[in-house]
Amino acid sequence: MSAAAPIILRDLSTFVQCDADGVASLELAVEGMRCSGCMALVESSVMKVNGVISARVNFSSQRLSVTWQSGKTTPDTIIAAVTAIGYRVFPFVAKQVESREAHEEKRLLRYLGVAAFAAMNIMLLSVSVWSGNASDITPETRDFFHWLSALIALPAAAYAGQPFFQSAIRAVQARHVNMDVPITLGILLALGMSVVETLNHGEHAYFDSAIMLIFFLLVGRYLDQAMRHKTRAVAGNLAALKAETAVKFISENEVREVPIAAISAGDLVLVRPGERISVDGLIVSGKSEVDQSLITGETDYFPVSDDDLVYAGTLNISGTLRISVLKGASGTLLDEINHLYEKATISKSPQRLLADRAAQLYAPLVHATAFLTFAGWMLAGLGWQQALLIAVTVLIITCPCALGLAIPAVQVVAAGALFRRSVLLNEGSALERLACVDTVVFDKTGTLTTPMPQLANPGEIGLCDLKLAGRLALSSRHPLAQAIVKASGATLPLDATEEPGFGVQAVVEGKTLCLGRPSYCNAEVAAAAVSLHHPNASLLAFRNGDRVAVFAVEQSLRADAVDSVQRLKALGLNIEILSGDRSEPVAAVARELRIDAFSSGVSPAGKIHRIELLKSQGRKVLMVGDGLNDAPALAAAHVSMSPVTAVHLTQAAADAVFLGSRLAPVDIAITVSRRARNLMIQNLWLAVIYNAVAVPIAIAGYATPLVAALAMSGSSVIVTLNALRAQNPRRAGL
Amino acid sequence: MNVLVYLLPLALCLGALGLAGFVWALRASQFEDLQGAGWRAIANDDLPDLKQKDRNHEL
Repeated sequence: MSAAAPIILRDLSTFVQCDADGVASLELAVEGMRCSGCMALVESSVMKVNGVISARVNFSSQRLSVTWQSGKTTPDTIIAAVTAIGYRVFPFVAKQVESREAHEEKRLLRYLGVAAFAAMNIMLLSVSVWSGNASDITPETRDFFHWLSALIALPAAAYAGQPFFQSAIRAVQARHVNMDVPITLGILLALGMSVVETLNHGEHAYFDSAIMLIFFLLVGRYLDQAMRHKTRAVAGNLAALKAETAVKFISENEVREVPIAAISAGDLVLVRPGERISVDGLIVSGKSEVDQSLITGETDYFPVSDDDLVYAGTLNISGTLRISVLKGASGTLLDEINHLYEKATISKSPQRLLADRAAQLYAPLVHATAFLTFAGWMLAGLGWQQALLIAVTVLIITCPCALGLAIPAVQVVAAGALFRRSVLLNEGSALERLACVDTVVFDKTGTLTTPMPQLANPGEIGLCDLKLAGRLALSSRHPLAQAIVKASGATLPLDATEEPGFGVQAVVEGKTLCLGRPSYCNAEVAAAAVSLHHPNASLLAFRNGDRVAVFAVEQSLRADAVDSVQRLKALGLNIEILSGDRSEPVAAVARELRIDAFSSGVSPAGKIHRIELLKSQGRKVLMVGDGLNDAPALAAAHVSMSPVTAVHLTQAAADAVFLGSRLAPVDIAITVSRRARNLMIQNLWLAVIYNAVAVPIAIAGYATPLVAALAMSGSSVIVTLNALRAQNPRRAGL
Repeated sequence: MNVLVYLLPLALCLGALGLAGFVWALRASQFEDLQGAGWRAIANDDLPDLKQKDRNHEL
């Protein structure tokens, strides 16, 4: 078939942006950049392409942006230049959400800069006034300093306080109270009272407190935003790395690789052996087997031929298929899963986070205290101006400086710690939810087991045969052959021919080597013997002259699965397996991992049902899964994780994604989150203790701007330092 | 203490200069890639690459 040409051109026009001057630009997500050397290499290799104007790597977000003179080169050439030096790159369109978040981060940083400048300068003036008050400052000099402070503080607060003012106004308009309402009130009162004091030549002005409050709160906001932006960028990269494309027929024999978004119903697409099918469709011609494990969890291959339905997410194993795309067709498996997923997402009750609960308690308490102080001093016979002054001081002292930092600081540090241990959070609140998990439900295929099948009997095969078979396997795209390539570590391909669906053959030193189905290599007898020991494995035979070897390839457990499960048990968690696969392989895995609770052959709806049942028993469930059939269950669970090899929809449903071939990130994530949650609670208590000390002083009327400044900065620094402890969960081997 | 009338505004101006510098750096996207900037500082991209140097040496 001419369509199965080895090189398929990609149509990348949807990713390229052109401006009026004929300069085209493209964003690429780059995989595998580790150091400055990589960065320089990638940039210089792209710069060597004729017509390229600039190439700049962003190391933090692992992206490369390239601009070139439109028409002088093509995106394909640029991608080929980077691929040639060994980095995988993927074209990329930044999501709107992400650029909005980058913009917001920049805005907060600008506010933070202004607040820091103002805080430093006002503090300079304030310290002079405080020391002057204790010695010999003249009232004129003090007034001059106060006016200068006002000159800096008022515009700086009006500018840098915007995030709080806006959010407070929105909250009041919506008739509810959030944390920003007392903050705004505190800032306005502090500034207003200080101006009045300055006009009356008073001793105490709180300009420094107001600005410092804004500064510390902005630090909290900025950290929060920076983390959100970073997780969004990482999620965006992952999406690009997995960007789904399809090979579409643009005429009778001509094909182009296009993004899945450019495919519509009725299009004809080509799927070669070893490729993942990215559309739901009807087979027009071709015969093959498909691996549906990502959809159903079932590990056996499923034979398909003309007029059979195939689903997006399945892996084409042995033959080339032409598929006519069915889109919007209802009743397909994907449709049903999507439907369940949406239902599960909607029914999930929003989690009440620590910060919200603290805010809800905080505002009424503080306002009541201030009011009671005012009333108390009035009853005690103080003039109303004096009583008001003291009441306002109470409000200023209680402003939630440390409270604003208590949670975001821990979140940022813990998310960073997880990031270094290859867990990426999709959502900041996932930390808190992970911390209170008491049950872990695992999917089997691709989660407890490795996503790709592995050689199960390397010990039974001679080293020489394994090496030769590996070199032969390099010429095949079959997933089973890939397992042999991996096991042998072969890198030099032989000059082989592939007979799709059967195997590969090559002639070396006059001897014919072949690798493929046992029948293809005349090795049925040997195969039957191997199959006794490996009943669930797929078999591949290798014939070298008259020597025969049979490889058993099966999905094996992740290398550290046993240890990982033991550690999870040691953390006091209940563990369960919910799999769509047949009962024998599931039971085997459960036995090996010493997990008592397992169920097999579970449908996507059945998985949700099980999770809902656990939830109704009051359990907090962590669902770990990678298949499309897990996506609804992931959305329904209290919190969810999926390996990076998971399908797109599943990854989008998960709260956290883990990289690499180990299962350890699951228990690491729980350990780190538990510690983070403890630290958050500790921090909230620190903020409470601070108030318990400072508020009585303020109520008694002894608070001065100096006391306010010391208390505020002291508590913020303590809370931040405490948050840093989230970095190193005390456990060996992390 | 009359000197304060000049010195303090002067100090503020210097501070404002620093702020202006920060805002400029922010506008110029210097905070977009904090990790990369660290690596770039130690990159030897101004030197001819090693292979080139070896070859020159042989000549």
